[in-house]
Amino acid sequence: MTKSELIMRIGELNPHLFHRDVERIVTTIFDEISAALARGDRVELRGFGAFSVKQRDARLGRNPRTGDSVSVASKVIPFFKTGKQLRERLNGGEV
Amino acid sequence: MNERTVTRAQLSEAVYQEVGLSRNESADLVETILNEISDALSRGETVKISSFGSFFVRQKGERIGRNPKTGEEVPIRPRRVLVFRASHVLKNRVNDANGASA
Repeated sequence: MTKSELIMRIGELNPHLFHRDVERIVTTIFDEISAALARGDRVELRGFGAFSVKQRDARLGRNPRTGDSVSVASKVIPFFKTGKQLRERLNGGEV
Repeated sequence: MNERTVTRAQLSEAVYQEVGLSRNESADLVETILNEISDALSRGETVKISSFGSFFVRQKGERIGRNPKTGEEVPIRPRRVLVFRASHVLKNRVNDANGASA
């Protein structure tokens, strides 16, 4: 499922809404999550999962082709942990 | 980093501010969207949200684990796990904002 398929599906479930409003709603939600992560905040959606950012320290990496060592700067990466309910749903409802 | 937690309430509020539906309807829409994504994932589909990231379902085989407290061996059943890969747009956004202060 892509973002546009998700928008179409939400539109089908809400025939009273304009397509462009559905588009704005979906975009707003992901923008809001991205903005929170950019602030370093956590986004916790019970039953679905939690988004957070994790710090990765600077390290010495290697160019796999040449074997040269290159320094990799410290960075922050987005991280997602699946919620309990969704995890159970993926496995057919069993715990 | 002064970390706060964003929940459904803030997402609904953002939808309310942005689109001008009632607060109730905004909250319902947030829920519906999370539900549709969960449904697709339960069917084993990949969910790709451009400029945000993708959610994949990965099948894990059975393996032998250990109860860390008792040291007892226990089989871990084959199962499906969810993996999220952030898009480059999101990675860059998060890094540009947080990276400088790190």
